[in-house]
Amino acid sequence: MALIEAKNVKMYFPVQRGFIDSLFKGETTFVRAIDDVSLQIEKGETLGLAGESGSGKTTMGRLCVRLLKPTEGQIIYDGEDIADIRGKELRLLRRRLQFTFQDPTSSLNPRLSVGKAIADALKFQKLGTPAERKEKAEEVLEKVGLSPASSFYDRLPHQLSGGQKQRVVFGRAIIMDPEFVVTDEPVAMVDVSIKAQLLELMLDLKKDLDLTYLFISHDLATARHVCDRIAIMYLGRVIELGDRNQVYENPLHPYTVGLIGAIPVPDPKARRSEAIPPGEIPSPIDPPSGCRFHPRCPKCMEKCKTEDPEFREVETGHSVACHLF
Amino acid sequence: MTNALRIQDLTVEYKTRRGVARAVDRIRLSLEENRTLGLAGESGCGKSTLGRAIMRLVPYPGQIADGNIYINIDEDIPCKEGDIPKGEVDITELNEEQMRVLRGKEIAYIFQDPMTSLNPMLTIGSHFVQMIRAHDPEIEKEEALDRGKEVLEGLGILPERVTDYPHQFSGGMRQRVMIGLGLVLRPRLLISDEPTTSLDVIVEAQILEQMAELKKKFNLTMILITHNLGVLAQTADDIAIMYCGRLVELASVENVFEAPQHPYAQALLLSVPDVTKPDKKLVWIPGAPPDLVDPIPGCMFNPRCPMAMDICKTQVPPLIESETGGLVACHLYGGK
Repeated sequence: MALIEAKNVKMYFPVQRGFIDSLFKGETTFVRAIDDVSLQIEKGETLGLAGESGSGKTTMGRLCVRLLKPTEGQIIYDGEDIADIRGKELRLLRRRLQFTFQDPTSSLNPRLSVGKAIADALKFQKLGTPAERKEKAEEVLEKVGLSPASSFYDRLPHQLSGGQKQRVVFGRAIIMDPEFVVTDEPVAMVDVSIKAQLLELMLDLKKDLDLTYLFISHDLATARHVCDRIAIMYLGRVIELGDRNQVYENPLHPYTVGLIGAIPVPDPKARRSEAIPPGEIPSPIDPPSGCRFHPRCPKCMEKCKTEDPEFREVETGHSVACHLF
Repeated sequence: MTNALRIQDLTVEYKTRRGVARAVDRIRLSLEENRTLGLAGESGCGKSTLGRAIMRLVPYPGQIADGNIYINIDEDIPCKEGDIPKGEVDITELNEEQMRVLRGKEIAYIFQDPMTSLNPMLTIGSHFVQMIRAHDPEIEKEEALDRGKEVLEGLGILPERVTDYPHQFSGGMRQRVMIGLGLVLRPRLLISDEPTTSLDVIVEAQILEQMAELKKKFNLTMILITHNLGVLAQTADDIAIMYCGRLVELASVENVFEAPQHPYAQALLLSVPDVTKPDKKLVWIPGAPPDLVDPIPGCMFNPRCPMAMDICKTQVPPLIESETGGLVACHLYGGK
């Protein structure tokens, strides 16, 4: 059974308007950040969520851990719909679902020692005495590779390198012994020379703590190295989903083909073979009719302009939303 | 082939409260005309500082402490405070006014962050008009605008959008405007600092392709500063790898990727994820670069180097010719 399942989830954000505007134009317009997405995450897997900026991947991640409340649809965690829960129930749920934010520098309080930053997660959940919390935080620091923990506990974020800060962020996520962690671009801000080290740490933690990951990344090369399955998003929709080898070796959706073809390969002999899709991602306020990719699609047919393609399975475990299949 | 750029023992230092940090340490390199040199390395290795030193725009408190930068100029350039003769010119000797004339016209620089490099109060067109008229006050506003439109069109931006403001443009389009501003005066040397780093892969690929076309059209010599080795593999002719302000390896792109000589270059390449090789075992370089204010003796890479020898801890390795025809600074290859 899936650990987390999103069923027809929609997330619309109202567009802020000025006072005069709101007098003259009747309806509020919405940014359709997530528009009817269904996704299943199995226990113990790493699901990658990839796409360009503005495709809604971070919003989807936030919905999965209920940092956002979906406009419509269900989010089923462990057999229970968590889309509408609130208050104490939601706070208890947060112990099991964690999120690491994109930029480790701006997600740590510059005046709070990193040990305290980790321990405070327990304080907000009203767990343990101060001494117990400190002990547990030191244990976590060791676990994320910041040892000896006693020398790191009292350091402030500016005394750490980017990679070490990212480790602190991981530590804060795992102190509650969660089951499911959403990591939003965990290695986007670090140098390539230590990227592999952090990815390895993530995989080690997963093994030790029996975690399930939702790995959000725009870097498809990195995603290929860590994910079991991968979902490609475009303008608020999941347009292709499959086993990583299926998606990378046999991409079906023309957008996926273009996206994978556009990745710069670190080999001067490997030249680009696929044409790059023209233009840029359109506005999610007023998405194109029919298939959302049709204005940029090299294989666009008449049907694509009017009819929204259904998301269906074309081979075992490999689904795509495209009229070609 | 003449050299468009020749740098000799360039040293740039930042004087900070903690002491003097040598961000660029006795760099020596030359760049042939019409080639693209990729400048790679981790953050803090001095690649941006080197790029800015060539423009003589090292931000305060940095300054060029030593060395010479020669660029090749086609024709005499008139200037209020002393004309610049054609031929090889040492730009470290020029005065501010002469430098101002050169910037944009001979050497252009595309800054890292397109989001903050454009003036939010000016239309895209005004950016072009201001820039062109700063170098040629005689020119009519309309003509300047037309030249801007022409360059933008080559970059895939509709000419009528010159009346728009930067906030109406997406990140990719702002970056295209930055490139357009860099190219409108037809410089011979273009330095672009992480031109596609904040962009998505598709937009990145589009822009790199357009840059390659423009490079051909305008006969440009280019320096591309980036930490993304994938981008360099696809665009550069030569690659220079920097570590802690020093040049550790310089070779053609094929040789760097196929037979990297310096242990740092080797390790760096092994750490790059490759989408075509899912089974590649990613490795990392243990430790962190040393503090530049308190540099270590010998080769700066020695504490992290798997092949460090005794000599590495005491003597700075000289830059010597490597077996693959490039340059390398490592004691492993000494004495040959």
